[in-house]
Amino acid sequence: MNTKLLATAAALALAGSLASAPAFARDQIRIVGSSTVYPFTTTVAEQFARAGGGRAPIVESTGTGGGLKLFCAGVGVDFPDAANASRRINKNEFADCQKNGVKEIIELKVGFDGLTLANSKKGPDLKLTKEQVFRALAKQLPDASGNLVANPNRNWSDIDPSLPNQKIEVLGPPPTSGTRDSFLELVMEPGAEKLPALAALKKSDRKAFDAAWKSIREDGAYIDAGENDNLIVQKLDANPAAVGIFGYSFLEENAGRIKGAAIEGVAPEFDAIASGQYSVARPLYVYFKKQHVGVVPGLDKFIAEYVSDKALGENGYLGPKGLVTLPAQELAKVRADVQAMKPMTSEAGI
Amino acid sequence: MTDAALDPGAVRAIDLASDASRARLRRRYRAEARFRAYGIAALAVAGLFLVLLVGDIVIKGLPAFTESRVTLTVTPQLSQVSTDGTTGADALRGGDYAAPLRASLQELFPEVTSRQDRRRLFFEILSGGAGDDLRRRIMADPGLIGRPVTVSALLDDSADMYLKGRLTGRVERTGRGTLAISGATGDVTLDSPGAFRDTLATIKKALRDEAAAIEAAAGRVAQRLEALPVGDPRRATAQAGVDADRSRAAALRARAAAPEAPEVLGTDTPSELVAVNGGIVKLTSIGPSQAQGRVLVPLGTAGTVSEGAWRTITLLQPEGSRRLTDQHIAWLEDMRAEGLVTRHFATRFFTSGDSREPELAGLLGGLVGSLLTMFVTLVLCLPTGVAAAIYLEEFAPKNRITDLIEVNINNLAAVPSIVFGLLGLAVFLNFFGLPRSAPLVGGLVLALLVLPTIIIASRAALKAVPPSIREAALGVGASHQQAVFHHVLPMAMPGILTGTIIGMAHALGETAPLLLIGMVAFIVDTPQSVTQAATALPVQIYLWSDLPEPAFQAKTAGAIIVLLVFLFVMNGLAVVLRRKFERRW
Repeated sequence: MNTKLLATAAALALAGSLASAPAFARDQIRIVGSSTVYPFTTTVAEQFARAGGGRAPIVESTGTGGGLKLFCAGVGVDFPDAANASRRINKNEFADCQKNGVKEIIELKVGFDGLTLANSKKGPDLKLTKEQVFRALAKQLPDASGNLVANPNRNWSDIDPSLPNQKIEVLGPPPTSGTRDSFLELVMEPGAEKLPALAALKKSDRKAFDAAWKSIREDGAYIDAGENDNLIVQKLDANPAAVGIFGYSFLEENAGRIKGAAIEGVAPEFDAIASGQYSVARPLYVYFKKQHVGVVPGLDKFIAEYVSDKALGENGYLGPKGLVTLPAQELAKVRADVQAMKPMTSEAGI
Repeated sequence: MTDAALDPGAVRAIDLASDASRARLRRRYRAEARFRAYGIAALAVAGLFLVLLVGDIVIKGLPAFTESRVTLTVTPQLSQVSTDGTTGADALRGGDYAAPLRASLQELFPEVTSRQDRRRLFFEILSGGAGDDLRRRIMADPGLIGRPVTVSALLDDSADMYLKGRLTGRVERTGRGTLAISGATGDVTLDSPGAFRDTLATIKKALRDEAAAIEAAAGRVAQRLEALPVGDPRRATAQAGVDADRSRAAALRARAAAPEAPEVLGTDTPSELVAVNGGIVKLTSIGPSQAQGRVLVPLGTAGTVSEGAWRTITLLQPEGSRRLTDQHIAWLEDMRAEGLVTRHFATRFFTSGDSREPELAGLLGGLVGSLLTMFVTLVLCLPTGVAAAIYLEEFAPKNRITDLIEVNINNLAAVPSIVFGLLGLAVFLNFFGLPRSAPLVGGLVLALLVLPTIIIASRAALKAVPPSIREAALGVGASHQQAVFHHVLPMAMPGILTGTIIGMAHALGETAPLLLIGMVAFIVDTPQSVTQAATALPVQIYLWSDLPEPAFQAKTAGAIIVLLVFLFVMNGLAVVLRRKFERRW
């Protein structure tokens, strides 16, 4: 019978594939990690293959946390060679790496990602301070006597009369996103410290203070718009009253439709982010396993391609892709460290 | 129903002609008419949404199916296209095929000498993969080296979007009156009586609008200011802001009030280009009859041209907020005017793998990945699912255990797909050590997803075969197994296949379980076997949708169209199978 044959064939195929499963040799670099660094690492991967370096590395978009977990799981061809990260590796992850035998990690800081608050070109020009953003988005604010009460601000003008008399409507990333974590750390925490009542709370009760700046209001003023930044851009275009939170590269690509708000008097522009003047920017990293260099073919060449002037230099190909590259001096230092294959030590200040 | 149930005494006599009866009848007719109207309205709403959705995707996706190219005549030199001066395949593969294209572009625009402009012309107009087609041709026929060859070179995604009208609004007008130009290169003066009056009026109106908007905003702030208590420190800073805004608005109004005064055009206002004598001038300041400009593409000659022999091109998106500068656009306009720019069907979209350059990115990797995954799924699912269905339906004793199995199969069909991804990660990758990102694992995971669907559909199909068929077979002495395999199964096959195809279509559109087993990845090479790294069609859509370049938005919509076509074909096939082979009793 036809069906019988098929069933037997399938069973055999399954058994065969499982039997031959372990230890697949690998001639291709494998990278995992942040979706924010993904557009840049993939560009380098493609250029690397184009320049005859070998097969293009496989770059997975797993998110920073998931990526570092895979990266730190062990050494050998079953584990990725590099991890993209939109924040620095933390102590726990580093310890995890050490425990699993990933002893020598090379850290490459590739540049910055500016977080921008932006609105439609049809909307008003926004100039915001971190304190104002905190007052707009915090779940609870201190009242006159310093007790935390639900955020009473409905319109931007409730916060400061110079702001537009428009409903507060902010589209931003969901809690699972690394972008959201960065936004909290870079904007909400410093914003909270500006309020005297919360600054006092920070000294007296650190936990309560952390809870205050980490909580974003849930009464409709802040809208989880999903991980897809293009979607936020489209919604801003359709609704001039709304403000969106997303990465600088999306602002740059859509400059015809949206404009960035100045934060603390500095507009989100390439030079301001690179020089550190624009304070809502986070560094982006790629971590490599030194133990894989020489084992996985082409890994050393790939690292060399990543730090080359062609990629990360002032006129490199990553600039037009939206990466805010490092200033020349810092790049030289990063490049020297990476080329010398200097591994991270636990004293590196993480 | 028996006659005894109808007690004649219980039947009320109904006068069908009474007013009450007629009113009841009318009410029933009205109720039915209302119900029909609701039905039609519901259908219309659903249809409208479908049309909107598909229409939106088609409009957004169409640019993905065409690509812009520029026709260039190049003379590839051996020193350029070969790494060691020979015509061996390896030497030719490593050559720089963009070099001859750049040389040809340089001939077209000999005035481009500065480093920045050359970079723009060579790397921002021409695609990074423009040389690939030439490489293919020369590797097939090395005799072309040293001879003039006409090539159609791929343009960069931004240039392509501009030529398709997606980068900026563009208004082209034929010039009115004569035009006198003071020079053919550098900074020039353009004189034309009254020709620029309309443009100037538009600019003045924009100034007035801007002033009004600023004043309105300042007025609102001033109003709210009054509400603040005297002595509030915010009052002074806000007042300073209001004053600054008001004086800015007054300055704008003063400029707008002088209709003849020339205006300077900056990077935040729409750009005005003038195409004349085979060159292009960008206007830097404009008066009613005279304009100052900078030549972007040199003119054949200076002097006076007659009415109708020159054109103005207005680019509505200001230069400061688009990817291409006026210089880029001037080159593109010049090449277009010379007929060098052509639009082609983008076969590349179907024949190349993923890329970070939108104009080079294609679906082949995703398509092949999806096919391999579906193949694994089908090979596993169909036999297992049908065998399980036959056993459960025809052979299994009806007891608690089989009831439990049945309930669990139904539950399995309702499990969210991400759970199967987690299972795949834990079992296939971590326990069995199968390779990450492989269609084999993707197929295994999706098989788990589709299996309940197939079992349920197959059981329904088997159940629909009338018992008389089975009994007739048993009656002439067939064994139970013979009756099932020779008679029942063939009749149930159309139903089983329909269920399978619908299940497969479901699996084809799944992304979530593939995320966890590493198939959401940037993979340039097209997979050759089920153990090589691959993505799938919906994953490709997901990845492209998250990239910042606008051209990738078109690619995303284009890929969605391709996926929809596949799904329509599969579902259509299911319908055809059912129509053709289904038997009714």
